[in-house]
Amino acid sequence: MSHLADAPLPAGTPTAPSPQQVGPGPGQHAMDPSRLARRSRAQTRVRWELLRNLVRKDLKVKYKGSTLGFAWSLANPMLLLVVYTFVFQIVLKSGIHRFGIYLMSGLLVWNAFSGSVSSACGSVVANANLVKKVRFPLAVLPLSAVGFAAVHFLLQLLVLFVVILILGYNLFGADLLLLVPAGAVAITFTVALSLLVSALNVRYRDTSHLLDVALLAWFWLNPMVYAFGLIQTQLHEWTWVYLLNPMAVVVITFQRAIYDPGGGSTGSTPVLADPGYTFYLEHLAVAGVISLVLLWVGLHVFRTMQADFAEDL
Amino acid sequence: MARHSSAYQRGAASPPWGRRSAAPRGPVDGAAPAGPAAPAALDPATPAAPSYPGAAPPPPGPLDAWGMPGANGAAPAGVPGVPGAVDPVGAPGQVGDGGPAPGSAVVIQGTGVSKRFVSYHNRATSLKERFVRRGGPAGDDFWALRDVDVTIGRGQTVGLAGANGSGKSTLLKVLAGILRPTSGEVSVQGRIASLLELGAGFNGELSGRDNVYLNASLLGLSKREIDRLFDSIVDFSELRHKIDDDVKHYSSGQYVRLGFAVAVHVDPDVLLVDEVLAVGDEAFQRKCLAKIAEFRAQGRTILFVTHSLDLIENMCDRILVLESGSLIYDGNPAVGTKLLRQKLGSLPAEGPVSWEYATVRPQSVAFSPDPGGLPMVQYDPGERLTVSVELDVTEGAPEQIYLHTYIVGQSEVPIWMMETPPGGLAVGPGRHIVDFSVPHLPELLGAFAVKVHVSDATTGAPVTTRRFEELFGVSGPQADGLLKVDYEARLRG
Repeated sequence: MSHLADAPLPAGTPTAPSPQQVGPGPGQHAMDPSRLARRSRAQTRVRWELLRNLVRKDLKVKYKGSTLGFAWSLANPMLLLVVYTFVFQIVLKSGIHRFGIYLMSGLLVWNAFSGSVSSACGSVVANANLVKKVRFPLAVLPLSAVGFAAVHFLLQLLVLFVVILILGYNLFGADLLLLVPAGAVAITFTVALSLLVSALNVRYRDTSHLLDVALLAWFWLNPMVYAFGLIQTQLHEWTWVYLLNPMAVVVITFQRAIYDPGGGSTGSTPVLADPGYTFYLEHLAVAGVISLVLLWVGLHVFRTMQADFAEDL
Repeated sequence: MARHSSAYQRGAASPPWGRRSAAPRGPVDGAAPAGPAAPAALDPATPAAPSYPGAAPPPPGPLDAWGMPGANGAAPAGVPGVPGAVDPVGAPGQVGDGGPAPGSAVVIQGTGVSKRFVSYHNRATSLKERFVRRGGPAGDDFWALRDVDVTIGRGQTVGLAGANGSGKSTLLKVLAGILRPTSGEVSVQGRIASLLELGAGFNGELSGRDNVYLNASLLGLSKREIDRLFDSIVDFSELRHKIDDDVKHYSSGQYVRLGFAVAVHVDPDVLLVDEVLAVGDEAFQRKCLAKIAEFRAQGRTILFVTHSLDLIENMCDRILVLESGSLIYDGNPAVGTKLLRQKLGSLPAEGPVSWEYATVRPQSVAFSPDPGGLPMVQYDPGERLTVSVELDVTEGAPEQIYLHTYIVGQSEVPIWMMETPPGGLAVGPGRHIVDFSVPHLPELLGAFAVKVHVSDATTGAPVTTRRFEELFGVSGPQADGLLKVDYEARLRG
């Protein structure tokens, strides 16, 4: 009971002002303007702690009442792995060695991205009640959607690593370090797009429908179920256009880092984009710049529009 | 990430008084508390200036500029929350100058705040519309607030009142930083907790405990702070036995109780209360009011929106009365609630307002033989007398007023009555003099006083009544009695 323990004097109690006193009396609730300003900012700034609490809340709500809880989220991609391996490797014979691992190494990060963006899109609208009544940093709403997806992604990635190790494939190596810049670009791009669509969706509710369709099409613009080499043979010198999509760059880098094609590449087209590292780093740099520009746009749009959220909802 | 990027960040970065003193707002500002002396006194770098003027005798020097209430006619109409304020009604009915208590820090400052709501069919609500019709005509826009200037100092308890749709809740939301003003600036200092809707952030799927943490976290508290406050919150809500149950299993009363407990425990600098005290049982309401009274005593700032004018009279030391988005009164709650009751038509049941607080104030009365002539108090029967009543009409007064002027004798006996012509007098804001001329005074002797009734000519509702102390006399040669009667005195037998 801290503020009560601060021994508040009744407002009328005369207190002899001493030169040291800055606020109105020692026992008063009052405080100097800088402290007030700081407390004011605490209500309008995105704080890590608040973000963490919101993500924890989402996780709690999602897995409440289910016995297996979190395991479902991990089982889901593993089931996908089995199904896709069966369909693409055995039925369709795509010619990609260890297809399941190849698929998962790109699909996990894509799922995290599309899951973030589509749940962020509706996040402000879904919390209309809160937005209209409480003063709090609104950006935590889309950001917590990103955080929620990120937590799942990291755990799924961990499970994938375990599966790879169980299967006895090669995982650890210098190429694994590529995950760091690729992850950074992925998170920047995801946050940027999440902020943008969540703000736009408040006034223009078409945004979420448009986004659904766009994500569906976008899925195929990343080399996840097909090999990147296919694009290279189709587009030749125009491959760079394909790689303007930051997610495509992130996906191929993840594949380079995680996927080990094994000894014999059965197909005529190479599965990985490039055997080296510089190719990826160069393209990640471009994708990073694109992401940062989009982040600036997203922040700007969100900041401009957020003041009217309470009115538009 | 501040949501009101421009106004709020600026407000936080630069002390509001700096901007305020740079923007003159008429002569009242010179004596207003936010004058140029205040920053020096509040600046921690100059500890020599004590800043507790309310409880201490004001030392000479910079404090003079604060304009101690009562000592200065131009002091703000409402000087609430200041112990020792001599006369809280410096200039009754004055509009728009109820500044903060002298010397106190400004917590909320709104300058020229206007809020326009774009009517729904005028707004592009889909991307297609956005591109098809850009910048269409802004037709049926609705101004919920028009050019409202408000300065709320620390420690004030302010009631926001007005009829339905007058803009109270909009003003509260704008001041709380939830809505962005269409024009004007709002700056808020400190932590705001809003009781706009209790438990707004609760998630039914989570336990009471989790919700307390989440809600307090949203309101700007750190985990450590919440840990410290948690027991106190639970005790206040009286829900210890259910705190680990899901909130969806709470009754609506329990829900509200937990919401209130969180909101009052987040150690707010500003507490916003919007009609929420209507919920909950009586015991809970009492508890809420007690807590709010405790906040007052602690010198926190409270903003109330309520239709209960009694509550405002009891709890607030300042009232803001809104009418169609404009601030029509800012000052003493007793005056403001009366004004509002008058406007809402609920006044006749309670009688007219005391003249000091009325919208039409009979200011003085003068007696002279001819209108505008030299004042005289002694008359002979048959002489001409003009009774001049000076009226001070303020904003919000009835357009047509009706005057009944009674000449009263001893024991308040009305001798005769004079009224304004049928239809009343059309008066605008300002000073007016109404002359009642009697060509020949009756032969009625004695000293007489004047009593004036003012009423609304269109509705007949009484506005105010004043009995003046000034007397005029009618004297005659006879020794005693009221009337001069012709008589003979004779001895018979």
